[in-house]
Order: sequence, then structure tokens, then C-alpha cells
Amino acid sequence: MTIIGRKIREGMTDVQLAGPATLAMLVLIFLPTVIVGVLSFTDYLFGASSFNWVGIDNYIKLFGDETGRRAVVNTLIYVAVVMPSSIILSLIVAVGIHSVGQWSTGAANFLRTAYFMPVVATLVAMATVWQMLLHPSLGLVNQVLASVGIPGQEWLSDQGLVLYSLAVIGIWETVGYNVVLFLAGLAAIPRHLYDAAQVDGANHGWDQFWIVTWPMLGPTTLFVLVITATRSFRVFETVATLTNGGPGFASDVLVFAMYREGFVYFKAGYSGAITMVFFFFVLTLTLVQFRIFEKRVHYR
Amino acid sequence: MIELENLGKTFGETRALIGVSLTMSEGSFTSLLGPSGCGKSTTLRLIAGLDQPTTGTVRINGRDVSGLSAAERNIAMVFQSYALYPHMTVRQNITLPLSMRTMTQLERTPFISRLLPSARAKMAENDKKARDTADMLEISDLLERKPSTLSGGQMQRVAVGRALVRDPVAFLLDEPLSNLDAKLRTQMRSEIVDLHKRTGRTFIYVTHDQAEAMSMSDRIAVFMAGRILQVATPRELFERPETREVAGFIGDRPINLIELASDNGELPAPFEKFAIGGKDIPARIVLGIRPETTTIDPRGALSGNVERLEYLGSEAIVTFRLSDKHVLRAALDASQRLPAEGERVGLRINLDAVHLFDAETGKRLRATLESRESASGNLESKVEA
Repeated sequence: MTIIGRKIREGMTDVQLAGPATLAMLVLIFLPTVIVGVLSFTDYLFGASSFNWVGIDNYIKLFGDETGRRAVVNTLIYVAVVMPSSIILSLIVAVGIHSVGQWSTGAANFLRTAYFMPVVATLVAMATVWQMLLHPSLGLVNQVLASVGIPGQEWLSDQGLVLYSLAVIGIWETVGYNVVLFLAGLAAIPRHLYDAAQVDGANHGWDQFWIVTWPMLGPTTLFVLVITATRSFRVFETVATLTNGGPGFASDVLVFAMYREGFVYFKAGYSGAITMVFFFFVLTLTLVQFRIFEKRVHYR
Repeated sequence: MIELENLGKTFGETRALIGVSLTMSEGSFTSLLGPSGCGKSTTLRLIAGLDQPTTGTVRINGRDVSGLSAAERNIAMVFQSYALYPHMTVRQNITLPLSMRTMTQLERTPFISRLLPSARAKMAENDKKARDTADMLEISDLLERKPSTLSGGQMQRVAVGRALVRDPVAFLLDEPLSNLDAKLRTQMRSEIVDLHKRTGRTFIYVTHDQAEAMSMSDRIAVFMAGRILQVATPRELFERPETREVAGFIGDRPINLIELASDNGELPAPFEKFAIGGKDIPARIVLGIRPETTTIDPRGALSGNVERLEYLGSEAIVTFRLSDKHVLRAALDASQRLPAEGERVGLRINLDAVHLFDAETGKRLRATLESRESASGNLESKVEA
């Protein structure tokens, strides 16, 4: 068989291996994205037989209109609260569980499972639990606060509080996943680096953390950063089940607005514009994170 | 001086170390030698303060160091995997132990360190020491590189540099050469010996390679199954192994260990022409015959068929079958005529160099192997084993 013949055969194998997934990705992700992108410049309504080109009107509406701007700003605040809190908290928890694991594997496994629970549980069902916890009069949170003399709050119906209440639920939801990622990262740190650090004079946990743990977790942290950012940008279930974007759009966020405009009001064009903005935010954030951190976390 | 007194270490059910006592004098080069899992690395970690012993004490210069951290003991360690910090340059790797010692937490904080005059002065001083060390190890041109861009030998030097830079009480080296290729290993061996001479510090060297231990150290402690079997100079260890295990472990070519029944010193065939001289000879004994102490001699007291011949250039390892049960491997000078496979030849063993062990306890016997025909003058001379 000639070399060219073999190359063709190898090429065919490559196509067979990567082809189906590539095709599915093109049809189910890239094509719809392009269509949505095109729709975002129209006034198309679902089910309508025609549409008009409206240029960037949908985008002007999103950023010019009070409601639209609200959704954008709320999403950014939500991400700004959830992303750093979740990462710092999960790192602390992971380091804690990791050191518990040094003397008791059972206890560490229990803690890991407990923290991972929110990830496997259906968020919609869990939201109901949170609704009960945060209920103004019956909720456990307010009762506990009352017992120590702090007045209860209307966690989900106070315009100033609702977004932060949702952010707390968001942190609770993402911490478990991040903890598992950080634990994997911690387990991969070679033990002898800690030995070396100890010999070199890093006696305290704090020194060892800065000399070994934190730098060695670099690649994990980058991954966690990207995952948490995209997950918190996508916040939807808690808003849909607990607040419906209210009160008065105080907890309206991009994906919920997208859903409302597209699937409740059938404004496919406007919904498309929201989708594109959402897409742009996530893509930019991810790219920036990779650009800034990739060189710093892989030590070459 | 580093003294270990009755050190024991238990991990759960496993007893990793049992009653280890050892004294390493100031400026000595001691090797801890043994197969993997024998407790030598555990001992090193106990000396370094990375682990705490279950029983016993470690004393450095007469002072009990139990409870002191690795850094407080001021001991330097070179790890098998080098354990360089991958995110730091070579320069940062070497200066780290200095800055951890000389600078306060605040002075070490990034950004702030550049503002504090005291921190700047210390950093400059540390940097100078690091450069001097790098010069000495000939790695000055690597200072700005990251460990991942270095070769094994270069990483090894950086690891040594990091240990050397702060003038420690003792250097602990944990199999530092085992990740290097054979040629580089021989070169680094002599560099480490040079380093020992130059610094005059106490070196404790863990290895499973008896050739490394023999060629580098003043004294060797042979470990097996958590215990020290023998502590001696390389020469003593080779010439008077205290147990059959030590005899089996030491020597470039494995020693022949031949187990025989002995009836009041009388030996069965094919050793019927020999007898054991001495009192309280046990019923079963082990003869330890080094391959290089056997020569071909038509008038020899032993004879055997050549079963296999491995030609190695300067010498040849020949396996002789003495009887159904026993074989004897001999290292013969390859410049002479070598026997052909299948040929039957007479063999002469150097009685001086034969070791006798109790087959049951494995301990060295105070006894000698004698030739029963020595009176006729045609065979081996009798010397105390």
C-alpha cells in the first residue's frame, strides 16, 4: 500500500473518531448561535411568518431601557459576589477537608459528600428548601436571628436584599463542586515539596500554603475560576423558582430575562440580543482569565 | 555529632523501624544502606525532623532535638525527586531557605519587601550567597531558569545548592542519584564526595546501591527489615560481614551462599575435602564464597562442570555445577584461557576469604574452613575465616 493510501486511511479513521461529535457541535451549538445572532437584529416573534430587520435596536433597548440594564447589572453584581466568595470559601473548605483526611479518611469522606450534596441535588427542589429557610415568619434563618435579638429580614422580597440572598444560595450551590476540584488539586501536590518547604524553614501552615499549596494549585484555580464564572453567569433556576426576577426586577438576571422575553413574550429577536450579550460576557471573561493566568499557572 | 538512640517508628500496624541506634561523628560520611522498605529513609526523616519517632531519641551535638522542627534542627536535605519549587526560578529556589531564616514575615511579603530598606539589604545579601553557591556548583548561568527547563543533573545541582547555601549542621541525602543515568551518577558521586571534603560537614547518605555506599562513605549502616544489621567501614563490611544477609548485600558480584549439613565439622560432598575448625559448630552452616576468590586449578579440592559462561571483557562470570544440588559462581580473569561450557575443571578457593554462618540464625561463626589435605601440601592454606 502506498504512503498516500495509508494517509487517506488514517484520515478516514480521524474523521470517524472526531466526526460525529464535530457534526453534532456544528448543528446543535454553532448553527443555532449564528441563527440567534442573526435574529437579534430582527423583530422576529416566535410563530410569526415574517420579520423586519431592525439593526441594533434590540441592543439599544437592552442597554438603554431600565429593565434591560437592570438585568445586565444584576448579573454582573451576582457574578462579582458569587465568583470570589465561592472560590475563597471552597479553597478554605478543601484545605480543611484535606488536612482532616490526613488523620481520618472516614470524616473527610463524610465532609466531602456533605459539601457535594448541593451539586447532585435538583436545584429546583433545593430552592424550595431555601424558600422555607428564608421565609420571613416561619423560616429558620429569621427565627435564629430573632433568638439572638436581631430583627428578621424579608430575604426574598426586599429589593435591596434579594440579589444577595440569591448570591448566597449560588455560593452554597457552587462551593461543593469547587471543593471537589480543589481536593483533586491538593491530592496531586507532591508530598516531598512540603518536606522540602519544612526543611527550608516553612514551619507554619501559612508559610507552607504560600510556598507550596497556592502556587501548586494554580492550574486547578484557573479551571475553578472559569467554571464558577460561567456557572454564576448562567444563574436561572433560583431566580425562576424563588423570585421570578422580582420584586420589581430587583433580581432579574440575563438568562431569566432571556427566558421571559423569548418563551413568555415570544420576542425571539430581543431574546436573541440578550443571548448574544450573555455569550459575549462569558466568552470575554473566560478569554481574559486564560490570557492572564495561563502563563502564570503552568510553570515553564 | 548526630546520635540515634533506640529509635522506633510504627505506622499503624507496621513497624518500620525497630531499636535503631547509631552514632555519626562530626564531619563523617555515613551511608544508610539497604533494600527498599528497610527503614533507611524513615531514619533519615526522623533525623531531619519531618517525622517524630514512636520511641527513642535523636541528639544533635549532644542536644535532644525531639519536638524541634526540621528548620530548627538546621539540617539540609536533598530529596530523591529533588523537590524543587516549580514556580520559582533557580535563584529563588536557592535563596528561599535563606529568606525563610533571615527575613520576617513582613519582609517576605511580596511588594512590601521592595519598600522596606531592611528587606532590600537582606535580599541583596541572600542573593550574593546564592550566586556564590551557584558559582561553586557551576550553575550560575541557570539562575533565571525554571526547574522544568532543567535536565536531571542540573536539577540535582540546584537541589544541592539549596541545601548548601545556608551552612547547615548536616546534609541528609535521600537517594539523590537514583534518578540520573549511569554515567552522570558516577560523576555526581565524586562531586558529592568532593563537596563533603570541602564543607567538612556531617553527611548522611541513604542509598540502596551498595557500590555507591562502598565508594563514598566512611562508614555504612546496613539496614534490613527495620533493623541495623551491621555498622562498619566499607572494608570491614566486605571482609567481615556479621550476618549472611550483609554478606549477600555487599559486593559488586553476588556472593555464593551454600548451605550444608555439618557433622561435628565434617562436611558432605562435594565439600568432603574440607572441615570446619572451631567449637560449637551448628548442625547446618552456610559457606559464603565470593566469586572473585575462586580460581581454576587442576589440583584444587573442588571440581565442577562449566554450566554457563558470561564473558564481560576483563573478566568472565562462570557458573560451575559442583553436584546435583550445588553451583558455584566464579569471576575469572578473562585474560587467561577460559574453560568451555560443559568442561570439567578443578577449582581452588581461597580459604582466607570464606565466610561461615550459622544457617539457622544467619550469624557469623567464630570458626574456620580448613582443608583436610593441607598436610599433603597440595591444597589451600588454612587461615582463620
